[in-house]
Amino acid sequence: MGRTLYAKLWDSHVVRPGDAGEDLLYIDRQLVHEVSSPQAFRALTDAGRALRRTETHLAVADHAVPTQSRDLPATDPVAAAQVAELEGNARDFGVRYHPLNGAGHGIVHVIGPEQGFTLPGITLVCGDSHTTTHGAFGALAFGIGASECGTVMATQCLVQKRAATMRVNLHGRLPRWACAKDIALALIARIGAQGARGYAVEYAGPAIAALDMAGRMTLCNMTIEAGSRIGLVAPDETTFAWLKGRAGAPAGADWDRAVTYWQSLASDADAQYDRELAMDLSALEPHVTWGTSPDQGAPVNGAVPEPGSAAPEDQARIARALDYMGLEPGMALADIAIDRVFIGSCTNSRIEDLRIAAQVAQGRKVASGVRAMVVPGSAATKQQAEAEGLADIFRAAGFEWRDAGCSMCVAMNEDRLAPGERCASTSNRNFEGRQGQGGRTHLMSPASAAAAAITGCIADVRDVMAGTD
Amino acid sequence: MEAFTRLTGRAASLDEDNIDTDVIYPARFLTITARDGLGAYAFADRAFRIKDVPVLVAGANFGCGSSREQAVWALLGCGVRCIIAPGFGEIFAGNCIRNGVLPVTLDAADVARMHRAASKGEAFTVDLPACTVQVGAWQPVPFAIPEPQRQALLNGWDETAAILARDGDAIAAFEQRQRSEQPWLYS
Repeated sequence: MGRTLYAKLWDSHVVRPGDAGEDLLYIDRQLVHEVSSPQAFRALTDAGRALRRTETHLAVADHAVPTQSRDLPATDPVAAAQVAELEGNARDFGVRYHPLNGAGHGIVHVIGPEQGFTLPGITLVCGDSHTTTHGAFGALAFGIGASECGTVMATQCLVQKRAATMRVNLHGRLPRWACAKDIALALIARIGAQGARGYAVEYAGPAIAALDMAGRMTLCNMTIEAGSRIGLVAPDETTFAWLKGRAGAPAGADWDRAVTYWQSLASDADAQYDRELAMDLSALEPHVTWGTSPDQGAPVNGAVPEPGSAAPEDQARIARALDYMGLEPGMALADIAIDRVFIGSCTNSRIEDLRIAAQVAQGRKVASGVRAMVVPGSAATKQQAEAEGLADIFRAAGFEWRDAGCSMCVAMNEDRLAPGERCASTSNRNFEGRQGQGGRTHLMSPASAAAAAITGCIADVRDVMAGTD
Repeated sequence: MEAFTRLTGRAASLDEDNIDTDVIYPARFLTITARDGLGAYAFADRAFRIKDVPVLVAGANFGCGSSREQAVWALLGCGVRCIIAPGFGEIFAGNCIRNGVLPVTLDAADVARMHRAASKGEAFTVDLPACTVQVGAWQPVPFAIPEPQRQALLNGWDETAAILARDGDAIAAFEQRQRSEQPWLYS
């Protein structure tokens, strides 16, 4: 019987088979950031251990860094100390580090691929749940805790339990103004926040073959919001073309040899999956969330649910979410006025995301009373967006144009919602307080977020752009 | 880490599904780099508090979302050593095991009656050698846990030390083979 992409990635990294499906896996690469690494480095120091292979780690501070200006001193001394600790650890342990002012700075999940640190066929971990992102390249990539970060540093290995496999077959042409984010939100609404737990999810089918790398990254990134640690796409010509020539990508004869290997990773035609789903994208509508879990979403022209019409076991959960979100049952989603707009995060801060948002923003103005910001995923993305004129479009429309970082996806820096403020956000989590204590988040695509900025409320981007195509 | 064998004590009840690690430990406290003393921030934005009980009975998909191990350290800081739920976020469950906290998965009906028992202040006895949870005068309820995880908890094993002690040769052999097959990963 044929093997899946997941099985090939797993089997090629087993150092020692273990009991109960728990194997010792070799870890090829680790991305290191300021929040989940201090305790790991301290564990090494306390035990008198060294890093096994310093060159397999790449460090950058992204979570708590200011995005207003790189030249201003950090206003939060605790956050500044955390960044300084990462810098010191990188220096002391010999790990490559991208400083805040450097050309290589950015969100771990944006710079890893950009710099060719992420490659097909590898295992890649990070003390961050959105490490699922890198599965878009056909890498076995998953988020881990800080203790595991320390284990990888010392041993280059982790004990992991093999997951079941799920294939999501995507077909049909993605309609104009629908984005990969809409695929993710529709899928999560369908299967639930724990619908993929215990599974490694592989996205496949003609619609995946047609999707660009940014879209694949968005889709894999959001896989954790369905409960799965692993989202995968088989590497193909799109992947290779995207990677070729990047700093960390193999070159010369190594490139050819690598591509030959990477081409062998795709699931075999007769591979079996534990679960299969199909999704037709041809009628996919832009989606937005109304609740406090990423599975609480609906098409933008839909309505906030009535708890009373839901299944009995869901009623309390829906009522609680609506109470937190300050929404009335049955109200149209498109009537909901917003205060803030956030375009950014490891989900949607790549150049393709900024281009589509800029298309919506071009020649229009952010609605009065709305504060909107664009936070590119990396210094390189920022520079490219400026060169393409996107930054000018955003600024002219009234968006704030920021430096790279996680920013208002996790609200660990100054970028946060005030209690009760409502935000149209391209980030990944609408959890209570995620964008600031008491803040209210509506997840959506970059196109939809830009449309919300222009209209001042949740809006159907197709209406905003009607007649322009 | 501290080994886990048996414990007896009362339980707190948080009967709500999909409690994510942002709710358990809000992100604004993530700039603190210490592991100790985080109990003060557990559920900081909720009215829910855990006081002097070693067991937490929770809802489905408890600990979903962010990988932050601070969520486990905060619960440990409140004295929690065992969490009972119909299911856990996967990264959170792994973080529990690595900190001597036992995640017990039971079916929803058993968890529902444990919520009621916790609210009444009944005593819970969690027995890892026997893999059972006993509440008051009930028959012990059996639970399953992968044997490697059970052994790690029972012995208080540190994963890093265990790998270094046991697998050094296997890791070196793996690297030697991979270096010849995929040299681009070693340049």
